[in-house]
Amino acid sequence: MTSPIVVRIKKKRIIELLEKGKRVDEREPTDYRKIELEEGVIERAEGSARVRLGKTDVMVGVKFATGTPFSDMPDSGVLTVNAELVPFAAAEFEPGPPGEDAVELARVVDRGIRESKAIDLEKLCVESGKIVFVVFVDVYVLNYDGNLIDASTMAALAALINTKMFKYTVEDGEIVKKPGYTPLPIVNYPIAVTFAKIGDKLVLDAGLDEEEVMDARLTMTMDKDGKIVAIQKGGGSGYFTKEEIAEAAKIAQKKTEELRKIVVKS
Amino acid sequence: MPVFYEKKQLVAPGDLLAEGDYVPGDSTYKENGKIYASRLGLVYYDGRRVHIVALKAFYLPAPGDTIIGKVVETTPGGWIIDINAPQPARLRASDVVERSFKPETTDLPSIFDVGDLIIAKVVAYDRTRDPLLTIREPGLGKIMRGQLFEVTPTKIPRVIGRQGSMVSMIKKETGCQLTIGQNGLILISGRSPKDERLAILALRKIEAESHTSGLTDQVNEMIKKERKAVESK
Amino acid sequence: MKASKKKKTKKAKAKKVDKKSEKLIDKKGIRLDGRKLDELRPVKMEIGVLPNADGSAYLEQGKNKILVGVYGPKEAHPRHIAKQDRAVIQCRYHMAPFSVDERKSPAPSRRDIELSKVIRQALEPAIFLEYYPKTAIQVYIEILQADGGTRCAGITTASLALADAGIPMRDLVVACAAGKADGKLIVDLMDTEDKVGDADVPVAFMPNLNAITLLQMDGNLSVKEFNNAISMAIDGCKQLYDIQKEALKTKYITVKEEAEQ
Repeated sequence: MTSPIVVRIKKKRIIELLEKGKRVDEREPTDYRKIELEEGVIERAEGSARVRLGKTDVMVGVKFATGTPFSDMPDSGVLTVNAELVPFAAAEFEPGPPGEDAVELARVVDRGIRESKAIDLEKLCVESGKIVFVVFVDVYVLNYDGNLIDASTMAALAALINTKMFKYTVEDGEIVKKPGYTPLPIVNYPIAVTFAKIGDKLVLDAGLDEEEVMDARLTMTMDKDGKIVAIQKGGGSGYFTKEEIAEAAKIAQKKTEELRKIVVKS
Repeated sequence: MPVFYEKKQLVAPGDLLAEGDYVPGDSTYKENGKIYASRLGLVYYDGRRVHIVALKAFYLPAPGDTIIGKVVETTPGGWIIDINAPQPARLRASDVVERSFKPETTDLPSIFDVGDLIIAKVVAYDRTRDPLLTIREPGLGKIMRGQLFEVTPTKIPRVIGRQGSMVSMIKKETGCQLTIGQNGLILISGRSPKDERLAILALRKIEAESHTSGLTDQVNEMIKKERKAVESK
Repeated sequence: MKASKKKKTKKAKAKKVDKKSEKLIDKKGIRLDGRKLDELRPVKMEIGVLPNADGSAYLEQGKNKILVGVYGPKEAHPRHIAKQDRAVIQCRYHMAPFSVDERKSPAPSRRDIELSKVIRQALEPAIFLEYYPKTAIQVYIEILQADGGTRCAGITTASLALADAGIPMRDLVVACAAGKADGKLIVDLMDTEDKVGDADVPVAFMPNLNAITLLQMDGNLSVKEFNNAISMAIDGCKQLYDIQKEALKTKYITVKEEAEQ
């Protein structure tokens, strides 16, 4: 069926099963679906990756350009994250400029990378106050089956780790390419986990069915030391209690570590 | 008069199937005395008629079809139902509510509300208007429980089987009630989630292997094996 | 204050093919990527790659990577675009920001809009639009990586996606470009050949009906060269068509093999 209206008996069933601690696809409340990660899928991009989380499919491409730095951060490269909900990813996605969901997705992914200082932006400075590298991270959602934030954060991180910068010299204030590449300096590894609240139960990695009936969602992004670098409550008009949030943080610490191992290999 | 493929061969849109005095059946078309395929599927020659059982096709309503639909909107005159067809279907309030139907006093959402599933029959359909449904026969109406399974509509005959042999076998072996919509939606209602799971596995197998012969027996075997495996746990 | 992204971001000076000195075709008639004049780039096609779309297909041709998703026929929205006697095709050709050397803004460019239109008109003759009045068929073509000839590759992939969706068609549509470089006619131009060469002639073709549904040209050709270019392009189309059919049938054969195990 194509319309996004939830089938009533389906919603009932999801909630009834959850009362017994079970999910519709027989997962545990903290289980993630099958995760497939591919790196370097777009050779012409400076970096790229593709993550499949169940049937959710997200591709991320990283491109470089040069530009002028922010006046208050003259020695820092510039990071820009953009997200597109590609129209074929779901029947209800329409072509057009990013709507609030796409913008939220981009900003949450951005926050994780920026606040964890995953990219050593100072290494992207070519000439202080004049020339810096601009890193474009483009999140491309190819198929929507729930939990875009976690899939996109993982794909973005994998793409950045995969990113290679060309070697260069500066001649007459212009950048001239030299042969060879260096990896983009990545010094932290943010991973997001998103909880969906259905009734009074919390589940991780909600599938599309679960996302359609959830009351609210809570995303926690943590860095390699288990520090929280970003939090986002969204996805509905429900609420969380302080206890639920504390419980979520505990689970998040373990889960982000597990997921990080998939993206960061050594 | 030549035919160019053998029975059950896989053909693609544009493939020339026959030339001469033939009649174009499902998923084929005739032009300049030649019959071509219009969909990807298996070709059958039935006397003078050439038709294709498409691997995948969307549902086109036909009067008399039993379908399963989702209520997506209530209007002053009735409801709009998503039946997985190119156009949404309509169910008139007068079909459901008794004779003295007054739109101002009858609370339509209390009968069927957005998100409800219904079993209905197609009463009328021509391409220029939305399909019209009825629930006025026994066995039709709101669905209260069960799980939905979706297949491409061209596989529904396989799910039913010759004279209902496949669907009766599944009902017998799993103890589940199966309501089959011609629009590719199947409602499974069993005594326990385990039974429903067996029915779903059976349907998945039929979907994947609809073109093989002896499928009814194979599905039967599979259900028996799965049931044993679960019971021995 | 933001970094001036509005100012033109500079790309580092890279060695470019200089129109005057660099040759696209060497003395032995071999092109920059090792191909002969009438040789196509290596091609790979796959259908049914997107779970949500009603039909989908993926194609690689040389460095081109194209992904197409199709929805429909479905109710046309907004209502006023619906046609009373036939379905409308809503076609979108779009390039991912990371698909080209210099990151491209996701907003549609004028080129994207023109290509969306000519591609739509290349596909329309093949589809039985009159079967589904007042509905819309959405074709979303995404170029994930580009290296010349993407409108042709987009059409070929879209045709597969439409067939995968079970939308009735008179024929498959397949497309290929021919052109001229260093005075010689070549087929399936890659990006460098397109930018630096003398002409580019993209052609879309319905093989069983022998009908051309897209024809464009830019460059400089004599009438004779142009006619020869069309023939070359059609030959290229026929080769790609065989691969299209194989891709459609392979999905079925894989399913059958799994069943027989």
